[in-house]
Amino acid sequence: MTLFGRRGILLLLLLAAAIVLPPYFGTYYTRFATQIAIYGMAALSIDLLLGYTGLITFGQAALFGVGAYAAGMLTVYGVTEALVVWPCAVAVSMLVALGIGALSLRTRGFQFIMVTLAFAQMTYYFAQSLRNWGGDDGFTVPQRDHLGPLSLADHTTFYYVVLVLLVLVAALAHRIVRSQFGMVIRGIRDNERRVAAIGFPPYPYKLVVFVIAGGIAGLAGALMANHAKFVSPATMSWQLSGELLAMVILGSANSLIGPILGAAFFLAFRDVLSDFTEHWMLFFGPLLVARVLLVKDGIWGMLLRAAGVADRPDEPKVDYPEAAERIADPEPGASR
Amino acid sequence: MSEFLLEIDHLSKAFGALRATDDVTLAIRKGETHALIGPNGAGKTTLVGQLTGELKPDAGRISFDGRDITALSTARRARLGLARSFQITSIFDSFTAQGNVALAVQATEPHSFRFWRPAERIAKLRQPARRLLDDVGLARLGDRIASKMSHGQHRQLELGMALATRPLMLLLDEPMAGLGIEESRAMSALLASVKGRYTILLIEHDMDVVFSLADRISVLVGGRIIASGTADEIRNHPGVRVAYLGEEDDEAQC
Repeated sequence: MTLFGRRGILLLLLLAAAIVLPPYFGTYYTRFATQIAIYGMAALSIDLLLGYTGLITFGQAALFGVGAYAAGMLTVYGVTEALVVWPCAVAVSMLVALGIGALSLRTRGFQFIMVTLAFAQMTYYFAQSLRNWGGDDGFTVPQRDHLGPLSLADHTTFYYVVLVLLVLVAALAHRIVRSQFGMVIRGIRDNERRVAAIGFPPYPYKLVVFVIAGGIAGLAGALMANHAKFVSPATMSWQLSGELLAMVILGSANSLIGPILGAAFFLAFRDVLSDFTEHWMLFFGPLLVARVLLVKDGIWGMLLRAAGVADRPDEPKVDYPEAAERIADPEPGASR
Repeated sequence: MSEFLLEIDHLSKAFGALRATDDVTLAIRKGETHALIGPNGAGKTTLVGQLTGELKPDAGRISFDGRDITALSTARRARLGLARSFQITSIFDSFTAQGNVALAVQATEPHSFRFWRPAERIAKLRQPARRLLDDVGLARLGDRIASKMSHGQHRQLELGMALATRPLMLLLDEPMAGLGIEESRAMSALLASVKGRYTILLIEHDMDVVFSLADRISVLVGGRIIASGTADEIRNHPGVRVAYLGEEDDEAQC
């Protein structure tokens, strides 16, 4: 990650604000910032699929929820070492992602959206049927895990742990999308037919990125189980999948930092507006439409322009009308 | 090993009642430049689709380099050395010109499940990509975003990507399509420089290019090969004159 230039300074400023501000404003804001970081991580996992591979998934919450259930259950069973619980949650989520991905990635476009949604709904109803685990009501997690000798009961400590993990995940994703593997998945986003024509079978590459994204969503879910000390099927709901997508789109797909900013904006917007009205969606909807129609590249793009940073030449932003066309006609120009 | 690199054997493909490929048998010799011509709607695109594996034939067999490839995927065929360029420009729009070629170079490695090193810093991808860009006349445009390049440059880039996969054979689907006069001249010079280094199946409407470059020519009409031979044989073939060359005037070929 380049830490020089205005872009780097902007990133450092954001990081500094994330480190200093929430604890300064107190427990409520620390918890709020924790929530942003967790949802930001989940949104980032969608960005790997949406922004970098061109896969629109409507089921990422299922993997988030699987991570949350895995972590919550382990903790209830008395395993409270985060270094055990969290990797387990990640592994389970990746396994589930492997299953879902192996089947759903055989479809494209609209079908892929619907199949991922269907799998998410299956996962949701499966969680709901777990009577011993509270069914529809979910279950409370007795305590947070501890990270080696470090207790995570304190909100500030937990927040910093989540923040460090978020930075690590973002750095890892940053590395992946620039690697040889990253070039293949971005090639698939741009032109899957061409990727096959030069000799890459697209399917295994899509499956691997789907599993990586599933692992990241699972880690976010495990953190959420710790944060809220409560797990329910709502963590797998299609509404959450939709909200995560909205965060990515708000913040700017295809930038990694964008989804995190999108999560911050979304949660702050909801928090403020729901003080006034329970129909906050009524205001959020038009905002989302305005973002897609008027702002080329989301919150991150606006920030960059405000800071005087030109668009990175190698990262044209995802153009939504064009993306929609691709969904409608997943293989443009395919020969008869 | 036979003298033929690509053998198409009784290949057929129908869409409903339309027999787009009707019992096509064709063999391409190693090292030759073989042109496939035919009026619009003759089934050239369908044939290309079957050769690359994007379409499954109803009947028949395709073998490449002594191996039956009829059931292989597009990617597998590409890895065996069958490279193609597309009639309608098909590149990675958000990549730089060099990035486009570098990804094609990357495809010559056994796999790309390499997650750590930034691709743009890998010399064994970057250097061949630079050299290939130079070969196709795009040396100075390596950092240009592909979507911001001209149509003519896209055609050159297409060819560069096909060459980057280190193919045995090039399947060039109308490389001259939509080019202006200057660009056409540059592209035909480029094709002439490639001729002989690879086995080429050239599908092209530009008869000047076809007759000057091709060692042999086959004529596809209504899904069938009606003639195959040298340029002179094709020029003087009565059936071809009627079915194809005679129509050229009123069909306004580009």
